[in-house]
Amino acid sequence: MGKMLKKLFALVPAVVLAAFAFGANAEMIGRSRPWQMWLQKPMSPTAEGVYDFNVFLIWIETGIVVFVMALFAYILIKFNSKANPIPSKTTHNTLLEVVWTTVPILILVVISVPSLKLLYFADTTPDAEMSFKVIGNQWYWSYEYPDHDDLTFDSVMVEEADLQPGQPRLLTVDNPVVLPANTKIRLIMASNDVIHNWAVPSLGIKIDVTPGRSNETWVEIYEPGDYYGMCSELCGVNHGFMPVHIRAVSKDEFPDWVAKAKEEFASNNDNTNTIRLAKADAAAR
Amino acid sequence: MANDAAANHDDHHDHTPTGAARWLCSTNHKDIGTLYLAIAIISSVVGGAMSWYIRLELTYPGIQYIDDFQFYNVLVTAHGFIMVFFVVMPALIGGFGNWFVPLMIGAPDMAFPRMNNISFWLLAAALILLVVSALVDGGPGTGWTVYPPLSDINYHPGAAVDFGILALHLAGASSILGAINLIVTILNMRTPGMTMHRMPLFCWAMLVTAFLLLLAIPVLAGGLTMLLTDRNFGTAFFDSGAGGDPLLWQHLFWFFGHPEVYIIIIPAFGIISQVVSTFSNKPIFGYLGMAYAMSAIGVVGFVVWAHHMFTSGLSVDARAYFTTATMIIAVPTGVKIFSWMATMWGGSIKLEVPMLFAVGFIFLFVVGGVTGVTLANSSADLAMHDTYFVVAHFHMVMGVAAVLAMFCGFYYWIGKMSGREYPRFLAKLHFWLFFIGVNVLFIPQHFSGLAGMPRRIPDYPDNYWGWNYVSSIGTAITVAGTLVFFLVLWRTLTAGKPTEANPWGEGAKTLEWTVPSPAPFHTHEYPPNMDEPAPAE
Repeated sequence: MGKMLKKLFALVPAVVLAAFAFGANAEMIGRSRPWQMWLQKPMSPTAEGVYDFNVFLIWIETGIVVFVMALFAYILIKFNSKANPIPSKTTHNTLLEVVWTTVPILILVVISVPSLKLLYFADTTPDAEMSFKVIGNQWYWSYEYPDHDDLTFDSVMVEEADLQPGQPRLLTVDNPVVLPANTKIRLIMASNDVIHNWAVPSLGIKIDVTPGRSNETWVEIYEPGDYYGMCSELCGVNHGFMPVHIRAVSKDEFPDWVAKAKEEFASNNDNTNTIRLAKADAAAR
Repeated sequence: MANDAAANHDDHHDHTPTGAARWLCSTNHKDIGTLYLAIAIISSVVGGAMSWYIRLELTYPGIQYIDDFQFYNVLVTAHGFIMVFFVVMPALIGGFGNWFVPLMIGAPDMAFPRMNNISFWLLAAALILLVVSALVDGGPGTGWTVYPPLSDINYHPGAAVDFGILALHLAGASSILGAINLIVTILNMRTPGMTMHRMPLFCWAMLVTAFLLLLAIPVLAGGLTMLLTDRNFGTAFFDSGAGGDPLLWQHLFWFFGHPEVYIIIIPAFGIISQVVSTFSNKPIFGYLGMAYAMSAIGVVGFVVWAHHMFTSGLSVDARAYFTTATMIIAVPTGVKIFSWMATMWGGSIKLEVPMLFAVGFIFLFVVGGVTGVTLANSSADLAMHDTYFVVAHFHMVMGVAAVLAMFCGFYYWIGKMSGREYPRFLAKLHFWLFFIGVNVLFIPQHFSGLAGMPRRIPDYPDNYWGWNYVSSIGTAITVAGTLVFFLVLWRTLTAGKPTEANPWGEGAKTLEWTVPSPAPFHTHEYPPNMDEPAPAE
């Protein structure tokens, strides 16, 4: 315990220094950077909408907190029993009460307009160019490309011991999802067992993967690159260890990857289906 | 046995039973209130230790102490259950509600004293079942939301989840009985002259809370029973493979679960209203607005549940409705905050320890409240859902705020309950350590959450380390504050100076301050005259 505490205190200066330096590698995309205090850099139209909406909200909310707390501090000083020994007896002020009821309503109306606009924008799939299917399993993801001859593979987290230099811990998988950038993609969600959640913060995707339902959303990735996320619904023992890793490639490179992947996962295709059937069978029994 | 003890009370008004007869068979609202406070304190040590252990694990990336992730999930689950059902609810509703509703409305006791006894002991039995649940068959690693299919027999084959379900059933029965008792007491046993609109706001808060309990708990009970039969008797309410729907559970659970957060925070509103008025030496500003704001929060609280399910695949129109409805709650909540401030405006404010806690409560409630406006938006929820932003939000606004209100009530009323003064210096130390601690603990979690860190994970990608580390330092400070509280409790009960009937001066106008301290075993045996003390408002 003492050692633990010493370790804690030894780190305090490092913490302070790092806090000043956290703006340094601001350009990292697809995942969070150390000491990040904000949303990740948005890399899809939905994520951009969420990012801007959140900035808008934070301004309003910060304003409210600062206003209320300043008023509060003023009250605590000005009406301290020493400064103001004789209390007033005022308990009503109709105008004031009407104002503090209606002003919040107006603020909420102002918030609701961009909020609902973004909600409907993020929900629908405007003319998707391809579909992509996510299947949740305890505790890995399976991916299907229904528009590319049902190309299918599993994506399992790489254990810490097997990481290559530069690969982030708990986020790296053996087979990343490869998707074309600048393409409107319809995402379809299904689960083989319990509820999972397929989330990629920098792309504004977060959607439950529920058995018996097929949830749908869409994404258009701005740039090629690596985008990371994690399962975001408690799904059992290894819930913290089923990352999402998307590798976006340019639109031209994508067909090449599909061709290669079809060879690589050719045997996979039949097998996974058989395994899945066997699993369903076992569950039914 | 209980009957005999109760009969004794009735026969000999000045006779106080002792030992087992007093504590096991009690029908006295003050003794039962004390029992509720005791069970809350005991549970808070267990639930608090769990959260401390979780934060120790999360101090650094990588696995430090907990290499059994099922056990980690069980800790997360049990921490939630214990804090909600066995700490905050017993302390605020069973503890302070039992103690002070009869005293404040001038009633000699609760309406149904024997039912009061069974409500308490059902809760004690529920606590035992919950602990058993955590200890058998690997425990329930489902989160307090118990979502099927994870909570189904296929994924939690042992008896752990069944024990948990039974624990919640008993705790629920206890709450329903307690709620009926409070409603009947408040509606029928007010002293002559105390109309509903002259009743102290604490009693209003307990009345609204009791109605919420009465309407919400049966829905939970229905859902739990369906889950129990799904697990054990082959029904398929929540099994999509057999025609059921996992989302049905989510609707049932959150139809209870959302009012539940108001069940936790509305009694806190009540305490804060009394304390703010007392220490500003001013009647509460906008009494009617305050009472009806609580009622409005209660009513609207029942039609916003699906904002917990924004990512579950609800139709977009449903999400638009729940976004709008949820935001409306900010309005009555704002009325409460502004009315507290207006009560203090022009007042003669004494920053005694209860008032410190009330001010701390309002701070946390405002900061945690505005992030609630963010989370009300289904579109913003695409970034926030199931991240530490949510964890930070509900701990600030509901968890820690309710705990601050508990401490606030404790310091406000401990003189009345024990007849002794608390040590002031230690109490102030407790406040500052605890207040600073929880802010250092939870404010950084907003940042982790915005950066995308999911909740309920035993390990996190290395880049999330910084704010997690700060958060764990906050935990250490909070734990220190909590230890000081236990020192305060011990010093008060063993060495506290005797206190007078009303230690707070003319600001304290409610009826509990007209009886001696400690409050005698029986009080208000004759209805007090409401025209003597000034009206409660």
